[in-house]
Amino acid sequence: MSMAGMDVRRVRGGARGMRRERLPDKEHQACGLFGVIDRSGRRFGGRVAIEAVMNMRVRGNGLGAGFAAYGIYPEYKDYYALHVMFQDWDLDAKREVDKFLEANFDIVCSEEIPTNPEAPVIDPPLIWRYFVMPHKKGEERRLSDDDYVVKKVMHINTKIENAYVFSSGKDMGVFKGVGFPEEIAEYFMLEKEYRGYIWVAHSRFPTNTPGWWGGAHPFCILDWTVVHNGEISSYGTNKRYLEMYGYYCTLLTDTEVMAYAIDLLMRRQRLPIEIVAKILAPPMWDHIDIMDERQKRLYTTLRMVYAPLLINGPWTIIVAHHGEMFGITDRIRLRPITAGEKGDLLFVSSEEAAIRAVCPDLDRVFTPMGGEPVVGRLKSREKELRRRAEEVV
Amino acid sequence: MVEYSIGGLRDMFLGNVRRLKEILKYAKISSDVAEIDASNLVHKEVNDLMRYCALQGVRRIVLKGVRGQRYIGTRLYFPDPRPKLEIEIHGFPGNDLGAFLDGHRIVVYGNAQDGVGNTMDSGEIVIYGQAGDVVAMSMRGGRIFIRDDVGYRTAIHMKEYRDKVPVLVVGGTAQDFFGEYMAGGRVVLLGLNLDDKPHRARYIDTGMHGGIMYIRGRVEPWQLGKEVGIVDMEAEDWKFIEKHVGDFCEIFGIKEDEVLGGSFLKLKPVTKRPYGKVYAY
Amino acid sequence: MFSHLLPEFIVERRDDRCIRCRACERQCSFEVHRYDEELDRMFSDEKRCVGCQRCAVLCPTGALIVRPHPGEYRRNANWTGERIQDLKKQAETGGVVLTGSGNDKPYRIYWDHIVLNASQVTNPSIDPLREPMELRTFLGRKPDVLELRFNGGDYEDVEIATELHPNVMIETPIVFSAMSYGALSYQAFKALAMAASEYGTLFNTGEGGLPRELRKYGKNAIVQCASGRFGVDPEYLNCAAVIEIKIGQGAKPGIGGHLPGEKVTLPISVTRMIPEGTDALSPAPQHDIYSIEDLSMLIYALKEATNYEKPVSVKIAAVHNVAAIASGMVRAGADIIAIDGLRGGTGAAPKIIRDNVGIPIELALAAVDRRLREEGIRNKCSILVAGGFRCSADVVKAIALGADAVYIGTPALVAMGCTLCQKCYTGKCNWGICTQDPYLSRRLNPEIGAKRLVNLLRAWSLEIKEMLGGMGINAIESLRGNRDHLRGVGLEDWELEVLGIKGAGE
Repeated sequence: MSMAGMDVRRVRGGARGMRRERLPDKEHQACGLFGVIDRSGRRFGGRVAIEAVMNMRVRGNGLGAGFAAYGIYPEYKDYYALHVMFQDWDLDAKREVDKFLEANFDIVCSEEIPTNPEAPVIDPPLIWRYFVMPHKKGEERRLSDDDYVVKKVMHINTKIENAYVFSSGKDMGVFKGVGFPEEIAEYFMLEKEYRGYIWVAHSRFPTNTPGWWGGAHPFCILDWTVVHNGEISSYGTNKRYLEMYGYYCTLLTDTEVMAYAIDLLMRRQRLPIEIVAKILAPPMWDHIDIMDERQKRLYTTLRMVYAPLLINGPWTIIVAHHGEMFGITDRIRLRPITAGEKGDLLFVSSEEAAIRAVCPDLDRVFTPMGGEPVVGRLKSREKELRRRAEEVV
Repeated sequence: MVEYSIGGLRDMFLGNVRRLKEILKYAKISSDVAEIDASNLVHKEVNDLMRYCALQGVRRIVLKGVRGQRYIGTRLYFPDPRPKLEIEIHGFPGNDLGAFLDGHRIVVYGNAQDGVGNTMDSGEIVIYGQAGDVVAMSMRGGRIFIRDDVGYRTAIHMKEYRDKVPVLVVGGTAQDFFGEYMAGGRVVLLGLNLDDKPHRARYIDTGMHGGIMYIRGRVEPWQLGKEVGIVDMEAEDWKFIEKHVGDFCEIFGIKEDEVLGGSFLKLKPVTKRPYGKVYAY
Repeated sequence: MFSHLLPEFIVERRDDRCIRCRACERQCSFEVHRYDEELDRMFSDEKRCVGCQRCAVLCPTGALIVRPHPGEYRRNANWTGERIQDLKKQAETGGVVLTGSGNDKPYRIYWDHIVLNASQVTNPSIDPLREPMELRTFLGRKPDVLELRFNGGDYEDVEIATELHPNVMIETPIVFSAMSYGALSYQAFKALAMAASEYGTLFNTGEGGLPRELRKYGKNAIVQCASGRFGVDPEYLNCAAVIEIKIGQGAKPGIGGHLPGEKVTLPISVTRMIPEGTDALSPAPQHDIYSIEDLSMLIYALKEATNYEKPVSVKIAAVHNVAAIASGMVRAGADIIAIDGLRGGTGAAPKIIRDNVGIPIELALAAVDRRLREEGIRNKCSILVAGGFRCSADVVKAIALGADAVYIGTPALVAMGCTLCQKCYTGKCNWGICTQDPYLSRRLNPEIGAKRLVNLLRAWSLEIKEMLGGMGINAIESLRGNRDHLRGVGLEDWELEVLGIKGAGE
């Protein structure tokens, strides 16, 4: 840490009050991504994800890494697991969050997330987890549990200074921070402490470098997590469209836009990923023009209605929620993706070598076309979806 | 709310590189063959060792346990002429395999990733598997043989110059923007794993203004860029295909007759100046 | 189609001076002048005149005056003559309007709103003619700490234990901008190489390769590896002093290049290693770089290809998020970051891009320097800035804002004869600079061109020393990032804030 750097920071911080209020920069970044799901639902430790993303060390720059894991809290699986970060160990913020949660939820467990103090990470904040059940009152009884949780999470993130919710889904959690992936994994002891059936990992290369742990990936709302590589050139358009639906992009990252777009389309509007893919990464007009009439009408309508959610520019994302994980790129594949299968395991990654590092003898390796999702679902969920589809028929 | 980090700079590439003498133990040199165990080496260390071996007079390097290390073969340019090396890779080489390659031969027993043969000058790369995106980008000489599929933007801006005509043969199929901007060279796409399904690549040869592409298998006109036209195969083309596809089949143990028996499409640019009319002077 | 365009220039021929020597006719590649034998008279086709002044300068009797055409459309603040002419040109061709050289629109030139300091009383000024005045500059990555090993207690025998990153030394903080052989004539290109070598600075090959016989100037060459990868082979990379990855250019951020086939003559095709007569297309992006970690991949690919012996520069156009991008570039491994501003020059660019895309270099430089210092990584790279530097004072101001050195393109061309007629893209440069026509390029003698360039470097360096001396500084490094020596005049608060300087009198 350079002394000169510290001085500058202090001076800048001090002078900021006098300055004209400026619109902040959006963050640009690029990264290494990795995700794995065991479609039989078998749970396993974090080692696979850690080693895989470590193999892509040069895709990050040590300024951020994170993991999401699903199925890790079976003993509390009916409760929302809130991972909350307190910047600078701000205990006032902690007290305020405690009070807020007590007023709005039934808390069945509240504890510090176990960490390894020996891990070489810089300035770790206090990170706490709460297992909670919504305690709705008055008007709010009309909200679904999920919507209620989203509302309360947004409240903590925007209203309580120095507090930030890492994740808020049931039976899952996000672990992230500033450092290389193996350092973050060591800090949270992911290898020994947790067993999940989906693991998603991210190694970050930001060109903006907010030195706070909340800026790392994955981004999470309820049990939906997104990790992302690339830069969205349509950010302004997407963001302003999402604002009309009550999503406010306070973190100034492309990933946030992605997460909200997916929440809007998949959770709230209940569209399947196969269709959502055609909204985020639609076919070119050249190709729509030569489709048969039925398809042409579908794709033309999708593009017309959801034009503001076309995600332009280079991107790859891996999205996960309970029962499902998928990876997808932009429509002309400006960012890489590779998928691999071994029995019930499905891997998605920025590089094949990362998958091979943890599973050398894959049954199949493939790279989907731009805009075509690779979807891994629990077999049980697959069955349920099929049944639902049959009911509709 | 967002404060800048003042953590300085962490070098992810050079950060963990050990000095040569600490990694010499991973190379076993016996006469002119070196075997390198790459499983514990980071990117630069692999090439440090390979360069060291080359300077020791090694002619053949066997890399074992490769797991994503980049630029394999790139640091083997020497201003004074030296014998070219034979490099055998076991495992999964990382991006930019053989970038700027200067005449060496690389054989990979496994899949390769993005950027195989990036701006390659000469030599040969053989891959017993598939490769990722931007294979043979700006390649200007030598040959690349890939047994299975390739990803996006293969052979983008491939060039040629006098007697230096690069050749790429792909046994499987390719994805979009295949041959984009091609300015020279010869690309052959065989589609051997498609059975009778058509190739799916779109925008094939868009912006092509030099070189020739041969595609075996089914491609619809809408899949082609507008700068390219289908022309008849001539005797010279068959001669070319017989030679290079012949070599390809021999290397990978594929029945040559069956491959050559398929129907080939020859694609050439309509003009050397695709964008001459775009500007007002 | 009958052209509706008005002539841009008027050629006045003073008949009493004209001796019908026809020099003007021979000199003009645009075929403005024509001699009529029957009438024994010279005629001018003014519609063709680009105002390059070649004929006026070379007319032995000074009979020619070329000046803007007085004919005008009705005055209109919105529909200016230029807009109307461009519309007509597009209606006649259906194409993108091309132009050459830098942005000529009246965006604020911040250099003209920044004034320099001088010592009075409290600190003596220094006389550069008699006392040492050092301009030597190193380009490349520097370590944070130098680890030394002392053999013996007397500190006489000291070994440097830190492994240093490669650095390149230049004798003056002025470097010639990237101008390719292909855009430039061989003669102009060679003149730049010779001058850089003689003065101890660098020239930049642009992306057209480096002819084999000029590789002896490699020690003074920045060789570019751009999206077209023209002429890039291991030998080209290894003969250079610095390798530069060109991401963008101030005159055309986000736009590729396009050397039309008719300019790809035999020697150009040999240097670029492409067939004669084909278009040399430089794609807009480098197709192996779609993000910052891909940039890192190419930076290290080039370091691998040159055995970690050369600094790698990355050149970008100054755009909105330039500071964040620059930070990412340094973190990606760039040893030098080169930033080309809104007014950067070009051999050919769509006019609509040149005139509307990018931000001024002054603001970009100030933002980048500040950002890198805030992150504590400024010493991990050198900053080279480009884009419309007109005189030595601009250079001094840039260094005080935080630059290590300055790229100059247009001043070098002007030194060789350029008059900024902006017709570089036609390939008909009458001054022999921007053309592949041997009849025209012969007009520029590389030795004389080099002499003019060396004179320019010398003159600017002397002026820089004068300004440094006035500030009481005798080594250029003491000016670098020394914004205390700058004050703004006539700038708004936000501009002063971005530039990080006080207003005059403050």
